[in-house]
Amino acid sequence: MKANCWMGPKMVEVQEVPDPKILNQRDAIVKITSTAICGSDLHLYNGFIPSMESGDIMGHEFMGEVMEVGKQVKNLKVGDRVVVPFPIACGNCWQCQHQMYSLCENSNPNAWMAEKLFGYSPAGLFGYSHLTGGYAGGQAEYARVPFADVGPIKIENGLSDEQVLFLSDIFPTAYMGAEMCDIKPGDVIAVWGCGPVGLLAIKSAYLLGAERVIAIDRFPYRLRMAREQAGAETLNYESVNILEALKEMTGGRGPDACIDAVGMESHKPGLLGIYDRAKQAMMLEPDRPHALRESILACRNGGTVSVIGVYGGFVDKFPMGAVMNRSLTIRSGQCHVQRYLKPLLERIKNGEIDPSFIITHSLRLEDAAHGFDIFLKKEDDCVKVVLKP
Amino acid sequence: MAIQQTRRALAPSHEQPAKADASAPPRRRQVREEYQPTAPRQARSEQLATALGWFSIGLGLAEVLAPKGLAKLIGARKTPALLLRTMGVREIIAGIGILTNPRPARWLWSRVAGDAMDLSVLGAAFLSDKSEPSRLIAATAAVAGVTALDVIEAQRLTRDKNDRVVRVASKTINRPPEEVYRFWRNFENLPRFMSHLELVQVADGNRSHWKAKAPAGMTVEWDAEITQDRPNELIAWRSLEGADVEHSGSVRFERAPGDRGTEVKVAIVYNPPGGVLGVGIAKLFGEEPGEQIKGDLYRFKQVMETGEVIHSDSSIHPGLHAAQPSGDETDQ
Repeated sequence: MKANCWMGPKMVEVQEVPDPKILNQRDAIVKITSTAICGSDLHLYNGFIPSMESGDIMGHEFMGEVMEVGKQVKNLKVGDRVVVPFPIACGNCWQCQHQMYSLCENSNPNAWMAEKLFGYSPAGLFGYSHLTGGYAGGQAEYARVPFADVGPIKIENGLSDEQVLFLSDIFPTAYMGAEMCDIKPGDVIAVWGCGPVGLLAIKSAYLLGAERVIAIDRFPYRLRMAREQAGAETLNYESVNILEALKEMTGGRGPDACIDAVGMESHKPGLLGIYDRAKQAMMLEPDRPHALRESILACRNGGTVSVIGVYGGFVDKFPMGAVMNRSLTIRSGQCHVQRYLKPLLERIKNGEIDPSFIITHSLRLEDAAHGFDIFLKKEDDCVKVVLKP
Repeated sequence: MAIQQTRRALAPSHEQPAKADASAPPRRRQVREEYQPTAPRQARSEQLATALGWFSIGLGLAEVLAPKGLAKLIGARKTPALLLRTMGVREIIAGIGILTNPRPARWLWSRVAGDAMDLSVLGAAFLSDKSEPSRLIAATAAVAGVTALDVIEAQRLTRDKNDRVVRVASKTINRPPEEVYRFWRNFENLPRFMSHLELVQVADGNRSHWKAKAPAGMTVEWDAEITQDRPNELIAWRSLEGADVEHSGSVRFERAPGDRGTEVKVAIVYNPPGGVLGVGIAKLFGEEPGEQIKGDLYRFKQVMETGEVIHSDSSIHPGLHAAQPSGDETDQ
């Protein structure tokens, strides 16, 4: 089959690789009909996530048709149309039983690696380095889906791939980001990053009852999308001082909750930006946490900072004094996608939201390298790339 | 009761834990020993070390409290009281060190150094005309005897520390202890999750034969016997004479609090071939038993909770492999 493989920093290549096979009795093989490039794939692409091997198949947002099921998979049959959540979760362990699927205790065969970096291991993930399992990803013609009796959700006809594909990651991720803000009537939410997750987080915050949502980015086309498609007020951090602007917009109090939808490769003009960039280049600081620092400093006293942007290791100059003295709450996590599949599919079916508005490019799988390139460089007003195998 | 009411009045109601029941008596908690990482705790067999520790303290107290009397006793009247007091403080510190450390090799070596100092003080006293040679000779003989004991015990503890390697690992498994114990107790199940184990044959009730992969394509074999078997709680074993790697081990099954399954705790004690250096080399190749036990326990949990060992496209191969399917490794 054809698959998009990571070949080194800033190098991906569609190659011919062997077809996947059932390895465990609860596996299914899925023929992929749509797959996407995620903003978090750019961290792999740029080489900032450790433990990638040349030849790793990328991709963790995919859907398709069931081709084959293992002996223990009773709920799916050949021909079913499914969306596959990006965390791999067994459904049997203590974390899964508490719906903390991205913390599954059984799905990472390389747990020892993750333990060295994180203390304990999170769940295995599709196509996301060997630290989280070394699973082949979904930017391919076929994928092996472990625990197929727990993860995938069946999709009825009548909904397009584009409407439901993002149930695999970014819509639930954005929704969980808004849910962690514990939104109350009258709340003002600030969102750092107007990429696909940021845009869906704005929408989710409104779905959960936010009064106002203020979105922050530096690309005019993304800010326009946040205003016109998602209904946010917007700030460009290259032209205004975000902390002062947010203070003024919220009557001197600050947003009730802040969502960091940027993660470890955020940008910042000025000296601190150069400092972090240099440290990251010298491997002294894996993560550049500008958005995180700013969201902490911006949040109102007693408010919540919800972190859904991906971080890989350690951060510098973390404003712990602000967190402690101002009673802030930090909530975070890889999304427990399985928890949100049904309720969010309902919202899509009811017409409350159509996440397909973020798609700007639909390419053939063979053009994956071009997709990564324009997505990274923000060329051609790229927001979200969908690949068709 | 009054105290409880006051506290409730002070605390906002939503901060009361849901399960707290004011009418129930407060739960008595057992006072526990401080956690020691070298489980299983060995019975303290260092009786000689303990005796030497108390001797140190006794002698130290005498030196500190009655330096003049002591100097007279050993026949070295001219020894300055301050010197004896200083030596006494050193003795007391060494004694406390020996008695409070589970493996006090270093403290015993400090006693050996102290003995050398004592002997040199006695040697100096022989040159003084105010000394009593007969007493000095007796004192010197006594110190020399204690020195010999100190050296023997310090060497023994140092050797033990280097040769014996203790490895522990634990994992909480979401199944009741009865089930977890039953699966493990059938030793022939173990190769299902212990990746280095090739087979286990149970001979009779207590004895079994084991065969495992070793570094560089070799295999090691041994016979083992069960030394303790408490159903649903503990299995302990040791290798029998002639084993390639002499070792003993135990696995405990403890009911996790709050009905959260079973805490499985494995401890292995062994004499690595090649000593400490051997452990280092094994670590380089990822074959170190401590890492193996952790991996084995992780897979044990997978088998107990999900029914089988879980593979990713790369983990199914030994060593590094790209995360993509491989054509040849078909139908396991």
